[in-house]
Amino acid sequence: MELLFALAIGVLATCGVYLLLRARTFSVILGLTLLSHAVNLFLFGMGRLTSGAPAIIGLGTESADPLPQALVLTAIVIGFAMTAFVVVLALKAAVELRSDHVDGEDPDEDRP
Amino acid sequence: MALALVIFLPLLGALLPALNRNATTRVLALLAALPVSISFLILLYWAPAIMDGHTLVRELSWAPSLGLSFALRLDGLGLLFALLITGVGGLILLYARHYFEGKVAAARFYTLILLFMAAMLGIVLSENLLVMLVFWELTSLVSFLLIGFTGDKSGARRGARMSLVITGGGGLLLLAGLVLLGQIVGSYQLSDVLAAGDQIKAHPLYSTVLCLILLGAFTKSAQFPFHLWLPHAMAAPTPVSAYLHSATMVKAGLFLMARLHPALADTDLWFTLVTLTGMMTLMVGAFVAMFMHDMKGLLAYSTISHLGLIALLLGLGTPSAMNAALFHLVCHAMFKAPLFMMAGYVDQATGTRDMRKVNGLWRHMPVLMVLSGVAAAAMAGLPLMSGYLSKKMMMTESLQLTAPDWATTVIPVWVTVAGLFSVAYSIRIFHNVFFNGRPIDLPKWPPRQPRPGALLPIALPVLASLYIGLAPSSVYDSLIHPAVSAARQLTLPLFDFTTLGADGRLIVMSLTAMVGGLVFYMARNTLFRIHSRLPEVDAKEIFDWVLRGAVRLSQNRVYQLENGSLQRYLAFLILTAITMVGLAVLQVPAWKGSIALTPPDLLTTGGVLILTLSAIGVVILHRQRLRALIMVGVTGLFVSLAFVRFSAPDLALTQLTVEVMAVVIMMLALSFLPQESPNESSMGRRGRDLALAALVGLGVALFSFAVLTRPQETISGFFLANSVSGGGGTNVVNVILVDFRGFDTLGEITVLGIAAVAVYAFTRDLHLKERVAGNSGSLWVADPHPVILSMVSRIVLPIALLVSAYIFLRGHNLPGGGFIAGLITAVALTLQYMSGGLVWAQERMLTHFRPLIGGGILIATATGVASWLFGYPFLTSTFGHMDWPIVGEFELASAILFDLGVYTTVVGSTLLILANLGKLMTVEGPGQEVG
Repeated sequence: MELLFALAIGVLATCGVYLLLRARTFSVILGLTLLSHAVNLFLFGMGRLTSGAPAIIGLGTESADPLPQALVLTAIVIGFAMTAFVVVLALKAAVELRSDHVDGEDPDEDRP
Repeated sequence: MALALVIFLPLLGALLPALNRNATTRVLALLAALPVSISFLILLYWAPAIMDGHTLVRELSWAPSLGLSFALRLDGLGLLFALLITGVGGLILLYARHYFEGKVAAARFYTLILLFMAAMLGIVLSENLLVMLVFWELTSLVSFLLIGFTGDKSGARRGARMSLVITGGGGLLLLAGLVLLGQIVGSYQLSDVLAAGDQIKAHPLYSTVLCLILLGAFTKSAQFPFHLWLPHAMAAPTPVSAYLHSATMVKAGLFLMARLHPALADTDLWFTLVTLTGMMTLMVGAFVAMFMHDMKGLLAYSTISHLGLIALLLGLGTPSAMNAALFHLVCHAMFKAPLFMMAGYVDQATGTRDMRKVNGLWRHMPVLMVLSGVAAAAMAGLPLMSGYLSKKMMMTESLQLTAPDWATTVIPVWVTVAGLFSVAYSIRIFHNVFFNGRPIDLPKWPPRQPRPGALLPIALPVLASLYIGLAPSSVYDSLIHPAVSAARQLTLPLFDFTTLGADGRLIVMSLTAMVGGLVFYMARNTLFRIHSRLPEVDAKEIFDWVLRGAVRLSQNRVYQLENGSLQRYLAFLILTAITMVGLAVLQVPAWKGSIALTPPDLLTTGGVLILTLSAIGVVILHRQRLRALIMVGVTGLFVSLAFVRFSAPDLALTQLTVEVMAVVIMMLALSFLPQESPNESSMGRRGRDLALAALVGLGVALFSFAVLTRPQETISGFFLANSVSGGGGTNVVNVILVDFRGFDTLGEITVLGIAAVAVYAFTRDLHLKERVAGNSGSLWVADPHPVILSMVSRIVLPIALLVSAYIFLRGHNLPGGGFIAGLITAVALTLQYMSGGLVWAQERMLTHFRPLIGGGILIATATGVASWLFGYPFLTSTFGHMDWPIVGEFELASAILFDLGVYTTVVGSTLLILANLGKLMTVEGPGQEVG
């Protein structure tokens, strides 16, 4: 199980980083989303993997680690806010610069 | 602290001319002379004690932890230089009063020259090496301003730049040298450094320290091959040249060599470096001076040659050589300053400094002619003149050398030849200007005789020069001897001037120099013709070429690293991260930890498979953007399933709702962006990125695996144990959010609110519709608001709101809470927007969104503040039980109010973002503000 979990994080991180390195803003947004998933799962994993024992008092003797969960919960929400902000930034850049290339100009245009 | 006054009076006095810009030069000169004369008098007051061999040290603690104290020292050497600086400085102030007569720039000149004087005094009176360095740099900076005084002329700008680069660069080397020196000695106090000579010379870093410090001194004192800046500094007004470039600043390097003599000198390395450099400078300066047609150029090169001579003497290192060095230094100041001033007057009177034109001025300026004649005679070293004595002292020194072998024969010959040249150029500057036929094509005619008062600053040093020549011992005993004793840190016997000239070889050497110089001058026209045929080497061109090369080199390096491509920067960042983390992580002995692996079940394996495949699918499909977006949705869904699988129901709910909102927002954005990404990365680029990404993924996976299989120590036990008793809730995650770590949450909802308001601000004047190209729109449905969807969504809304209220209320005890309930509400309202359209939904909204955000944060903060009223720390919660019919008994904690704040903020922020993005879709564009 641990191996599978680590594998999933690794694949998510790989895909995220690869997309971050693309030249168009939309790909970068997708990459950021995937990388956020990887980071959230990674943080969550720091509390180790527990099956069928949510951190609720009274359900059983064993319990998952609640602290990483609380951290990740806010991380998810803030990650959403950040995604929204980057989306608007990308739109603004695309409109102002007439290109959705991350450098704000198409590579075939002449660089000064 | 009278000693500090010597420095600070000119420093503060610099304000006087600056504040009286419109005063006449006469008033300005008086204002400037006031602080300088007080400093001079203070120095004279101390002089008797210093001449008796006392040393005055005053200390003011500044930054003791850095070994930095504002310490000043007045001893014989410092006194000699300080008197020169203030004395010659006073003459220059007087001279400038006539030179700048009626010019507006006078106030600026007086301000700068006083600043410069303060800096110079700082150098020679510092006890702490670092303090001295500060003043040293100050002289370079002020000198830059003074050389570039007439900043509208390109020659002045270039000259100033050149001197700043060379002397400033030397200053940096000196900094390095002095810091090393201080490290070796363990103190930056001059007294300690001078006492530690043997320790320094035995240290392995001695040669490095010596080279660095000497480079600093050589650049400042215009020693070969750094002498190039000095002739170009002649673009400065003549008072500046006379003061900085003959009497004071260029002698700072020589001062440094004399000052640090006990610490650094008397080694073979010192002898070789300083003597050879001095010899080269002496010869190059003397030779080139003869061929300069510009009066100031000739004087500049002759100054270089004299600086070389003094350096040569300092290199020899015997006490008597230092006698000669400092004696000549004083003589030089006394004859060179008048000659510069003469050149300035002649320049002003005739409009040119070209000696091919300026001839026969004796008819027009007889008094100036006499004064210049005395100064030139002193420079040539004619009998009875001050220069004659110093020349003899120097020749005696050259003959007394015993080692090394080459020096015993080479140096006397060398000195004689250089003396020959110096006689020649001295004759030239006098004879050529005042005799030599009649003037040719002077821009101003007839030349105006300088007023008698204007000749005073020339007459005084000339008289001093004569006095030195006639009564050398009185000057020597009172000034030079204490200075040499202080510099050598020894008590030395007095030099006996009556013994000079006893050696027969001296007479041969002097006569050779004098007769040879005269012959050389007679043959000048032939020599000039030969010289003009030689290829001309312009130092400025070489300097500019070197500078351009340096700039181009660094530009290329910068562009290689920083070419404007964000992709490249990111790749660099990732590569750096991989390298640094990789190096550390490779030392982990075993990836697998001590905990046994839990066996995977089929369902989880399948989930992980879909998760990874959908992530890979995003990458494969990323150019077809809509499909990639759908894949991202799948990934997010399976991430929330992963949270379910591993006992995190709160996270799963949050992730699920966030995913819905995120996909909706990205979908909105996509409708304005091109539907496909062009295929523009080369195979090599894609391979490189894939390799980087794979390395990151591998690292993350290995690291996660390593952590997951190791036992943990967590602080969560505290939260689990205290959740019910302290927070009144059984859902520990929620209790942590709203109670234990409530302050963090308050910060986080604030960030969320800020992001939403930022989105609002960004979209306010964004005109999208017509401006984004490449939007085919073929994938989009024609009917924006399908009937079935809008009917269903209206039924769904109340149910969804009910669910969200339920989730909110139970959140303290079971999975749920403000974040999740807020997101559910937002999703339900989003559905209304999607089905009914922005305008339709907006009309039905009861409130704006920005007040919601602010209100939410306020509620949360107020909950925290309320606990202050009861005398508890910020955000302390309390709770009680409440019986609610039908719903049953539940706990009512004050934390639920806090959670309400969270809920409100989340709803407000999410909808504000969504509505503003959606607003861009409407045909009206920005139009009415939303939210």
